[in-house]
Amino acid sequence: MSEQITGAQSLVRALESAGAEIAFGIPGGAILPAYDPLFDSKKLRHVLVRHEQGAGHAAEGYAMATGKVGVCIATSGPGATNLVTPISNAYMDSTPIVAITGQVASSMIGSDAFQEADIRGITMPITKHNFLVTRPEEIARTIAEAFYIASTGRPGPVLVDIAKDAMQAMTTYDFPDKVELPGYRPAAKPHSKQIREAAKLIVSAKRPVFYIGGGVLLARATTEFKNLAELTGIPVVTTLMARGAFPDNHPQHMGMPGMHGTVGAVGALQRADLLIALGTRFDDRVTGKLSTFAPGATVIHADIDPAEISKNRVADVPIVGDARDVVADLIVAVRAELEAGNQADLTAWWKQLDAWRQTYPLAYDTPADGSLSPQQVIERLGTIVGPDAVYVAGVGQHQMWAAHYLPHLKPHTWLNSGGAGTMGFAVPAAMGAKFGRPDATVWAIDGDGCFQMTNQELVTCALEGAPIKVALINNGSLGMVRQWQTLFYNERYSNTDLHSRRVPDFVKLADSMGCVGLRCENADDIDATVEKAMSINDAPVVVEFVVHKDAMVWPMVAAGTSNDDIKVAREIAPAWEAEVL
Amino acid sequence: MSTHTLSVLVENKPGVLARIAELFARRGFNIESLAVGPTEYDEVSRMTIVVNVEDSPLEQVTKQLNKLINVLKIVELEPGSSVSRELVLVKVKADAATRSQVLEVVELFRARVVDVAADALTIEATGGADKLAALMRMLEPFGVKELVQSGMVAVGRGSRSITDRALRPLDRPA
Repeated sequence: MSEQITGAQSLVRALESAGAEIAFGIPGGAILPAYDPLFDSKKLRHVLVRHEQGAGHAAEGYAMATGKVGVCIATSGPGATNLVTPISNAYMDSTPIVAITGQVASSMIGSDAFQEADIRGITMPITKHNFLVTRPEEIARTIAEAFYIASTGRPGPVLVDIAKDAMQAMTTYDFPDKVELPGYRPAAKPHSKQIREAAKLIVSAKRPVFYIGGGVLLARATTEFKNLAELTGIPVVTTLMARGAFPDNHPQHMGMPGMHGTVGAVGALQRADLLIALGTRFDDRVTGKLSTFAPGATVIHADIDPAEISKNRVADVPIVGDARDVVADLIVAVRAELEAGNQADLTAWWKQLDAWRQTYPLAYDTPADGSLSPQQVIERLGTIVGPDAVYVAGVGQHQMWAAHYLPHLKPHTWLNSGGAGTMGFAVPAAMGAKFGRPDATVWAIDGDGCFQMTNQELVTCALEGAPIKVALINNGSLGMVRQWQTLFYNERYSNTDLHSRRVPDFVKLADSMGCVGLRCENADDIDATVEKAMSINDAPVVVEFVVHKDAMVWPMVAAGTSNDDIKVAREIAPAWEAEVL
Repeated sequence: MSTHTLSVLVENKPGVLARIAELFARRGFNIESLAVGPTEYDEVSRMTIVVNVEDSPLEQVTKQLNKLINVLKIVELEPGSSVSRELVLVKVKADAATRSQVLEVVELFRARVVDVAADALTIEATGGADKLAALMRMLEPFGVKELVQSGMVAVGRGSRSITDRALRPLDRPA
C-alpha cells in the first residue's frame, strides 16, 4: 500500500514539487493544519508577514522579479479577504501567483461558520481560475493545475481554497507529471499568414511605431524584440508595464506613452500610420479618448490573449501568440521583405520625432523656495544607484516620476502596479523582489500616502532578512489626487492633506521597525543620503525625502480627453505641426 | 441589436454556472434565456444561452467565455441551420362554459393537457418562441393563472455533433 499522509502534508509536498521555494503568509484557524508540515519543510521557506495584503504583494514582487510563480497563504474569512486586493492587482497586471487559503470544514461550508467567507465566489471575477478543494486526494493535483494555469498563456492569479478537514484527512500523494485541462489550451502559435501580412505592413509604413506592453516582459522576449526594432529602425514606445523592455537610452526609444507620457511617445502614436502593438491592451490610460486615438493608424495587434485583440481598438491584423514567438517569426518575415528590397524611407518620420523630443523633453522646475524637487530626488537616486537595481514603485505622482526619471535600461528591474493602481504596493512587493533576487539592490520608491498603507512589512523585512531600501517621497499629501484638485477642482484640497510632515515621524517609525531611518531636506544632501543608504546592507533603510508639495506630473492628458490635447505644463500644449511635415 | 444563440459545452463541475453568470454580469451583457442540462457525456454539461447584442460585443463575450477554464467549446447556432425549442407549462382558467374553447386552442397548437381541475386546465406546449407567443395570445383572454417557461434549447441540423471534437481530450486515457 502506498504511503498514507495528511492532506496538509500533501499540500506542502505539492508546493515543493511545483517548484515553490518561498511562500508569504499568516496562519490562522482553518489553514493551521498546513502550517504543521510547513514547519518541517526543507525546500519551502515560509515568510511570516504582518498583513495578508503584504503576503499577496510580496508574492507578486517575487514573481515579477524572478519570472517564477509567487505563493501566498492565508486562513479563511478575513485572512482570505485581505488577499483580495493583491489578487485583483495580479489579475490586472497578469502576474503569476498562487494564493492558498484555508476554508472551514466541508461540513460547515454554507453555514456562516466562524471565519467563513466564500472566497472562491469573491475572487471569481479577479482570478484566472480558482478552486475549492474538499477532498484530500484532490489537493496535490489541484496545486499542480494551479501552478500550470498561473504560469502559462497569459499569466495570472489562481486561488486554491482548501477545506480544513481535507487537510486533516489521510490520503496518498499523487502529483501529476503533466497537467491536462480539456478546456485550457494556452499554446497558440502565431498564424503564418498574419505574420507575413504584418511584415508587409511593417516594411511599407511611412510612420510606423512599436507600441510595447508588459507582455513582452512576461514572454521574456526583450532580446529578440531589440533585434526586431533595430532590424526595422522603427521608433518604440514602452508602456508603464513595459518600462525596461527596451532601453531608455536607445536612439529609437521615444519614451512612455499615455496620460503622463512624453510628447514624443504620445505624438508618435497619434500621428502613426501603423501601430505594431505587442503584448499590450490599449488601456484607457494609454489611448486617452479612444475614438481619437491614433486616428490614422492601421493596427497590428499581437497578444497571447485573443480576448484582448479588438477589445478596445479594432485590429486590422490580429495575431494570437506569445510575444516571443511573434517577434521571432516577425524577424524572419521582415528580413525576407527587406532582402526583397522592400523598405520604406523613415527619414521624414524621424525628423518629426526628433523635433518633438528636442522641443519637448521631460523637464521639471526646481522649487524657488529651496525645498526638494521630487523629480530631482528620483533622477539623482537612479543615477547613483544605477540600472542594475530593482525599482519598485507605489501608485501616484512618485510612480510617474519614477517611470520617467529612473534609468530603465534593463528588463525586469521595474515593478509597479499598473492596471489596478494599488496604493501600498511598493514596500511588500519590494520585499518579495528582494527574497527572489537577494543579490540585487532593491529600492522601493514610495509616497507618504502609499507608505502608510503597508509599511508594517518593513518589520517582516527587518526580522526575516530582506534589507530593502525605501525612498519615501514625502510631500505631505495624496499628491496625485491633490494634482487633480489643483487642475480640475479649483484648488479645493478636500481630504488630501496627510499632515505627514508632522505625524508620523518617519525616521523614528523606521527605527522602531528595525530599519535605519534617514531624512533629507536639501538638494545638496541628496547624493550623500543616497550613498549612505547604499552603504547599509544589514538592515532595511528608509530615506525620507521631504519634497515640495506643489510639484506636478507633466506631461498630462486629462482623463477622458484626446491624446492630441496633451499639456506639457499647466495650460501649455505642444505645437504639433510647427516643426516639419 | 440582434439575438444570438450560443451553445456552450462546459465541464460538469460545481460553480460553473456561477462563473458563466458572473462573467456576463461583469462584462455588462444581458442573458435573455439560459438552459442548462446534461449531455451524452457524464462529465459534460451543455448550456444554451440566448443573448441580444451587436456582433462585435458578441465576439467579445465568446472570447471571454472561452477563457474560462471549465468552458470546453462554444458554438453559435444560426436560426436557419438549427432547431430550437422552449417548453411552457401554463395554468388557464377553464370552467364548464369555457373548457371546450380552451381545448380547441390546445388542439390547434398541438399542445397537451397535463392536469385538470374543476376551474382550470394545465397545458404543456413546446415549440419555437414565435409559436409559444402565439399560443399565449390565444390563451390570455381565458385568464392565465400561472405560467412557467423553460429557457431555449437548440441543436444544429444534420448529422454532425458539436461534442465530437471538443471532447477528444477527455477520451484520452489518463
